[in-house]
Amino acid sequence: MAYNIYLCGVGGQGIGLLATVLAQAAYRSGLDVAACDTHGLAQRGGVVASHIRLGADALTPLVPEGGADLVLALERLEALRGAALYLKPGGRVIYYDTAYQPVSVRRGQASYPGADEIEKELAYLRGIVVRVAVEGIADPRMQNAALLGRLAALNVVPGLGAGMIEEVLKEMVAPVALEENLKIFRSAR
Amino acid sequence: MLSLTGLMTEKDGFSALVMGNHALARAMAEAGTRVITSYPGSPTPEIAEALGAVPEKQRGYYFEFAVNEKVALEIAAGAALNGHPAAVFFKSVGLNVAADSLIQLSMMELPGGMVVILGDDPGANSSQNEQDNRHFARMAYMPVFEPATPAEIYVMYKEAAALALARRAPVFLRLTTHVCHARGAVNFGALQAAAPDWSPRFDVKNGPYVPITAAVFPLKQRALEKLDAWAQYGERSALNSFYEAAPAGARRGAIASGLPALCLLEAVRAAGAPVDVLKLGLTYPLPAKLVADFLASHEKVYILEELDRVMETEIKALAFDRGLGCRLHVRQGHAELMGEMTVARAHAALGAVWPELFPAQEIKARPAPAARLPQMCPGCGHRSAFHAIKKALPPGAITVGDIGCHSLGFLPPYNMGTVLFSMGHSVSTAAGLALNNGSRKVAAFVGDSTFFHAGLPGLINAAARDSDITLVLLDNGTTAMTGHQPRPGNGELGERINIPELLKNLGVKFLRECDAYEQEKLSAHLKEAMDHKGFAVVIARHPCMLKFMRDRRRANPGLKPQQVAVDQAKCARHYACAAEFACPSFSRHADGSVTVNAELCIGDGSCMQTCPAQAIERKKDGV
Repeated sequence: MAYNIYLCGVGGQGIGLLATVLAQAAYRSGLDVAACDTHGLAQRGGVVASHIRLGADALTPLVPEGGADLVLALERLEALRGAALYLKPGGRVIYYDTAYQPVSVRRGQASYPGADEIEKELAYLRGIVVRVAVEGIADPRMQNAALLGRLAALNVVPGLGAGMIEEVLKEMVAPVALEENLKIFRSAR
Repeated sequence: MLSLTGLMTEKDGFSALVMGNHALARAMAEAGTRVITSYPGSPTPEIAEALGAVPEKQRGYYFEFAVNEKVALEIAAGAALNGHPAAVFFKSVGLNVAADSLIQLSMMELPGGMVVILGDDPGANSSQNEQDNRHFARMAYMPVFEPATPAEIYVMYKEAAALALARRAPVFLRLTTHVCHARGAVNFGALQAAAPDWSPRFDVKNGPYVPITAAVFPLKQRALEKLDAWAQYGERSALNSFYEAAPAGARRGAIASGLPALCLLEAVRAAGAPVDVLKLGLTYPLPAKLVADFLASHEKVYILEELDRVMETEIKALAFDRGLGCRLHVRQGHAELMGEMTVARAHAALGAVWPELFPAQEIKARPAPAARLPQMCPGCGHRSAFHAIKKALPPGAITVGDIGCHSLGFLPPYNMGTVLFSMGHSVSTAAGLALNNGSRKVAAFVGDSTFFHAGLPGLINAAARDSDITLVLLDNGTTAMTGHQPRPGNGELGERINIPELLKNLGVKFLRECDAYEQEKLSAHLKEAMDHKGFAVVIARHPCMLKFMRDRRRANPGLKPQQVAVDQAKCARHYACAAEFACPSFSRHADGSVTVNAELCIGDGSCMQTCPAQAIERKKDGV
């Protein structure tokens, strides 16, 4: 059976880097990778998602609904959405706890979920939820390094070690931002 | 191989995990494609990202983003006439723009050969429809290659380009969104060592090239003969593949192409079903013998397609013509003609006819949380413009939108631009809405790239007729939605075009302009324009702030932008900022308070004028 990772967040958060690092690290670890990103319209503040499927059984790149072993989310509402739509019963959610309100919340027509609602959803699905939040991240686009750091430390993706994730991160991140990213990556572990 | 420059310039062969669009760019370089053109449109712009990663002097190819798809296609065709292998790429609906010249291509001898790359968008992820461009191939007499993975994109492009060159013909390489954006392992080959031969080889002896009246028929005859040759090629091409179920001798089969074929294969294997799969890579002309043999060797065959019933219709006709008794199963109902194929949909489709092999899979629907629609970025000039325009519109006014970031204005809370057809349609559609319309004023919107792409003819028409409409030109200086490709005349590409002067020269008599952040001024301009009897243009200008901030951050990685804050003592909870202006940087809390999200605010300050209580102020720190 393929191991399915569904990544989600809000357009502009830098989900592309997160997905690329994970997919490349998996590929370099010798795993079969089928992956796919979201581009285009949704990048303007909408829901962005990326799919990574590991294993020879995965001929196609999209994670099936209700079929994710792991949901990695960069934002709280998207963590809830990702879990509700994609998580497999017994799966795991790792999310960075920041809040970007959609327009319906700003217009007073919908409410924004608290962290407890994610706990409830995960209890229903008999899954595990890990909340990540690191103090003092100057550039919010580096929150993905924190998420990646915690993921690496938890060692949950079969066949993908923390060392390889760090190695690829080092190659992917622009030199000017590398030191800060590595600091966040390591501190989140 | 993680850098795009490395991907494009590595001389020897190598293996890497790459995006489909990037694999395609490498394939172009390896194939010796000399002229590549495009107009940006999702899902294809990343092809250009890779092509652009090679320093200009080191490129074996010429690349440009042209003003629209038709111009792009004609430049590539011109190069192919001159003997240079050429390719053009654009999104699904781009083919509609290019169609007038595309439809002529198969009648022409193209000594360089030409690959027309389509980014179709099943699921309408980033498009105004999900048109199935396989139909066009039938009308244009062009073969269609349909890869399913990045590795197949690479292999099929090289094969398509080589055959196009050998047959002096145009071919389609049809990609879809999640083939373009898929990432998979690809084994690349070496780059060509030969230096490009740019000698012009156009020769009328290769023609004739002027298909007028009776001269059309020999050219059409040649196009039809070439199509026959493609059909012969398809019968023996390794791009069509057969996946036999174990144990051999299955009585059931299924036929599909492209990514849907892999969805089918994955569903069949996961279910352990005794169903053989025929996966077509060259889908038009249909390899008749190959398909007929597959039908003849199975009792029941499911034809699984994405979008329209294109292959299905042809296979049914084939079975009828050959008197084959094979029972054909197809998708049922309108819903099956919509959206992209997935493994779950393939399973469900086959399960509808073979429930014993594909038992119903139940996924319990969970309550979805609050929807998150795409929106304009913090600091976007379009938001400021819409906020100002909305205040100035007379009651009952009709607003016509166009393609680009400003299309998002149709969403709440702005609800501006409530009709949308295609690139550049807004002026003319508005002109039609205004005809003999004594009571409701009409305003149209257009972005700057779209204005140049297809808006100009409509504008010339409206100016000449003095149509009683107001056009608002939202000029952010770039093609923002697709990733900030330059548009002609913004200084980044060619001499700066002075848009107001251009408009005047085209006969526009009423013209007002201001920065989109000057909301009061813009409201006044718009009122005046709507009151004006006849054609009026208002330019609302502001640079794309996403691009502006990216450029600033690139230059200064530690940049801490200036921000605004809500003075809680002054805030009277009008929610003009959060609910009406609706910048994503505002957060509205359960206790009724409004704050500024420091992760999103860029300190542009365009919101400050919207607060009736003047409660939004600039914070002291930041730059």
